Amino acid sequence: MSEKKVITIALAGNPNSGKTTIFNNITGTRQKVGNWPGVTVEKKEGLIQKFGYDLKIVDLPGTYSLTPYSIEEIVARDFVLEESPDVIIDIIDASNLERSLYLATQLREIDSKVLFALNMADIAISHETKIDSEKLSNLLDVPVVFTVGNKNEGMDDLLKEAIKLAESSPDKRENRNVKYSRDIENAISKIQDLIEEKAKDKINYKSRWTAIKLLEDDKIVKERFVEKAGAAGEEILEETGVLRKALLNSFDEDPEIVMTDDRYGFIAGIIKEVQTTTIKKRVDVSRNIDLVLTNRFIGFPIFIFFIWAMFQLTFTLGAYPMDWIESGVSLISSYAGSIVPESLFKDLLINGIIGGVGSVIVFLPNILILFFCIALFEDTGYMARAAFIMDKIMHLIGLHGKSFIPMLMGFGCNVPAIMATRTLESEKDRILTILITPFMSCSAKLPVYIVLAGTFFAAKAGNVIFSLYLLGILLSIISGRLFRSTLLKGIDAPFVMELPPYRVPMLRSLMIHMWDRSKMFLRRMGGVILVGSVIVWALSAFPRNVEYSADYSSEIDRANESFNIKIAAADEKDKELLKNERIAAIAEIEKAMNAEKTEKSYMGRIGKGISPVFEPLGIDWRGSVSLLTGFFAKEIVVSTLGVLYSTEGPDDKDALKNALRSSGMTPLSALSMMVFVLLYLPCFATIAMIRKETASFKWTAFSIIYSTTIAWIAAFCVFQGGKLLGFQ
Amino acid sequence: MLLSELKEGETGVIVRVGGNGALRRRILEMGIVKGTKIYVDKYAPLKDPLELIVKNYHISLRVEEAAQIMVEKLQQQD
Ligand SMILES: Nc1nc2c(ncn2[C@@H]2O[C@H](COP(=O)(O)OP(=O)(O)OP(=O)(O)O)[C@@H](O)[C@H]2O)c(=O)[nH]1
Ligand SMILES: [Mg+2]
Repeated sequence: MSEKKVITIALAGNPNSGKTTIFNNITGTRQKVGNWPGVTVEKKEGLIQKFGYDLKIVDLPGTYSLTPYSIEEIVARDFVLEESPDVIIDIIDASNLERSLYLATQLREIDSKVLFALNMADIAISHETKIDSEKLSNLLDVPVVFTVGNKNEGMDDLLKEAIKLAESSPDKRENRNVKYSRDIENAISKIQDLIEEKAKDKINYKSRWTAIKLLEDDKIVKERFVEKAGAAGEEILEETGVLRKALLNSFDEDPEIVMTDDRYGFIAGIIKEVQTTTIKKRVDVSRNIDLVLTNRFIGFPIFIFFIWAMFQLTFTLGAYPMDWIESGVSLISSYAGSIVPESLFKDLLINGIIGGVGSVIVFLPNILILFFCIALFEDTGYMARAAFIMDKIMHLIGLHGKSFIPMLMGFGCNVPAIMATRTLESEKDRILTILITPFMSCSAKLPVYIVLAGTFFAAKAGNVIFSLYLLGILLSIISGRLFRSTLLKGIDAPFVMELPPYRVPMLRSLMIHMWDRSKMFLRRMGGVILVGSVIVWALSAFPRNVEYSADYSSEIDRANESFNIKIAAADEKDKELLKNERIAAIAEIEKAMNAEKTEKSYMGRIGKGISPVFEPLGIDWRGSVSLLTGFFAKEIVVSTLGVLYSTEGPDDKDALKNALRSSGMTPLSALSMMVFVLLYLPCFATIAMIRKETASFKWTAFSIIYSTTIAWIAAFCVFQGGKLLGFQ
Repeated sequence: MLLSELKEGETGVIVRVGGNGALRRRILEMGIVKGTKIYVDKYAPLKDPLELIVKNYHISLRVEEAAQIMVEKLQQQD
C-alpha cells in the first residue's frame, strides 16, 4: 500500500452526547464514559486503520458553543478551530436536537468539513420523535448518519461517510448558513469587505466567519487576528467597534446576543421541517425517578443513605473475598517458608515482599466495590443530581454544585478528581476545589481504616469508617469557607448545569471499569507498593547485628531447660499442657527479641526520631513511621504496620490484628491515627497532579502544609479530647 | 414576572434574559432565548437551585439566576 496521508477526524459535540462512547467503539480503547456533562476534560487520540485508510480519531471534551466558557471547552474549541482536522464529526444527541443544532450551525460556519452523527437514535425513537435525516442533510448540506453509541450501531457508516467527506473536493459543497437580521448581515458584509480588502491573505478562515467572530467580539479570534494582520487588523477592529456600537443602539442589545437569537430562530425553522413528535403524554421514567431521588423531603436522606450504603457495602461485602485472599496469602507465605532455606533472602521474601504486598492486596475486593459504587453514580446519572441537591450547601462556601462532582470522585482516587475540576468556569473555584478535594478520603486510605477500625471497633467498624468520611466532607466544607473569605475571595460562580436523563448503566461498561481498576491496582502492587514494601523491610531488617539489651538465646535455653525438667517430673496428663506452655514461653521471648531488633533498626531509629511529634496524638513510633511511608502511597501505611507489628510471622492471618491489640494501641489512639490518615498530606501522585493543575508551586506547598497541619490538630483534638472525656 | 416567581409545575414564555457577561451568553446559547417555553419542574430540597425543562431537556439554574429571566406565565398547561 502506498504511503497515505493520515485523515484526522475530530469528535465534537455537546457534553454528554456520547462522543467518548463512539470514540471507544471506533478505536477499541476504554476512555472514561459517564452519564453527566463534563466527563472528558482532555483531548484523546487514537490511531486506527479502516477501509484501507489511516485514521486519527480525536475525542474532545463537550462544549455547547465555540465560545468557550471553561477550560475543557477551550481545548475543544482550539482543536476544532486551530488544528483544522480533515473532518469534524458533530455527535448530536438526537433526543435533544434543537439545542444540539446550536453548536452544529456554528460548526457549519467554519471551513472544515462537517458530518452529523445523530447519536442516541434509540432514545429519540422511544420518545416517539422522528427525525427526517435526509431533509436535515439537504437543508444544511451535511451528511447525516444515525448511530447508537452504546450498542455500537452505525459506526462503519459513520466512518465511511467521514472518509468520503475527507476525500471530496472542498469547494463542492455550498454552505447553507444562518441568515442573521438585516442590520447584522449588513455589518457582517462590511467587515467582510474590509477583511478582503486589507487582510485577505492573513486569515486562516473564511472572511465571513472571521467577520462574524469579530462582530461577536470573540476575544480569542480578535487576539489572533491582530497578531496576524497587524496594523490593518487594528484598523478593522476599530471599525468593527463602531459597527457594534451602532447595532447596540438600534437593538438595545449586544450584537452577539441578537445573533444567538437569530441562530435559534434559524434552528427553530429547521426543527419544524425535520422533526415530528407525536404529541402524547408519555410516561417519563427519568422524571418519575427524580420525583423520589430529588424529592424535597427525602432527597437528602436518600443521598446520605446512598453514601452510607456505599461504605457499608464496601466494608461488609468486601470482608468475604478478603478472607479468601488472606488465606491465599498466608498459604503462599507458609509454602515459601517451607521451601526457601533460612537466609536474608527468605526474610526479604516472606516479611518484605509477601508480608508487605500481601497485607495490601487483600483490599482489592473492598476497593473494587467502592469503585463499582462510584461508577454506578456516574453511569446512572445520579452524579448530576448529587451536584443539584448539594448546590445550596456548596454555595455556602462560595462554590457550586459542580464542585461536588470532583469531590465525590475523590472517594475513589484524588488524581482524576483533581483533573475533573477543569469543568469549573472560574480559576478561583478550581483552586479552591483542588485544595479541598484531598480531604475526600480516597480508596487507598480505606485499607488503613479497615485494619484499624476492624481491629478496634469490630461490629461498629462500618459506622466508624462512614463517620470518618463525613468528617472529611465537613472539614473540606469548613476549609472551603475559610479560603473563600481569606485567600480566594471572589464572586460566587453561577450554577448552570444540564441534568441528563437517568440511564440503565451498561453492565459491560461497569465490568470493564472494574477490570481496568483491578489491573491498575495490581500494577500498583507490582510497582510502588512492592518497592515501598522492600524499602520498608530493608530499613527494618538492617543493621543485621543489633546489640540486644538481654541475652535472648540463653534465655530461651534456660526456659527450655526448666520446662524440660518440669515435663520430666510431671504426670502423663500434664505433659501435653506443659509442652504447650513451653512453646508459648519461647514465643514470648522471641517476640521480645524481634521487637527489640525492629526498634534498633534504621526504621526504628527514624521512628523514634519523629515520634515526639506524634506522641500527643497517641501514636507510637511504629505508627509514626507508617504514616511517613504513606507519602508514597497510602496503602503502604498498612504494609509498614504489617512489617513493624508482625513479630509473630505473617503466616498467621490475624497476626496484625493481634499484634496491634497487644501493642498498647487503644481504640482512641486508633481513631486518632485514622483521623490523621484521613487528613494529612496527599500521596505523591496527587501532589504531582495538584502541581500540574494549579500550575503553582505555592498552592501545592500550601496544600501540603495546610492538610498536614489540620490533620495534626484534628487528631490531637480527638485523642486529647477523648481522653478528657474518659474514653480509652 | 420573573422566572424565579413561577411555582413548580408552571410554564412561562421567556420575554427577556437579563444579567450580563459570559453567564448570560451561556444561558442564551443553551437555548433559553426569547419566545421559548420554559417549565419549572422542581426546586431542589433546599429550595435552590431549580430544575427547568426547556427545549425538551432538563437544566438547572440557581434562583438568583432565574431572577434575571423575565417570563410571561402561561395559564393553561398541556
Ligand atoms: N441510550 C443511549 N445512550 C448512549 C448512547 N451513546 C452514549 N450513551 C450514553 O450516554 C452517556 C454519555 O456518554 P459519553 O460517551 O460519556 O458522552 P461524552 O459526549 O463523551 O460526554 P462528555 O465527555 O461529558 O462531553 C453514557 O452514559 C453512555 O452510556 C446511545 O446511542 N444511546
Ligand atoms: Mg467524553
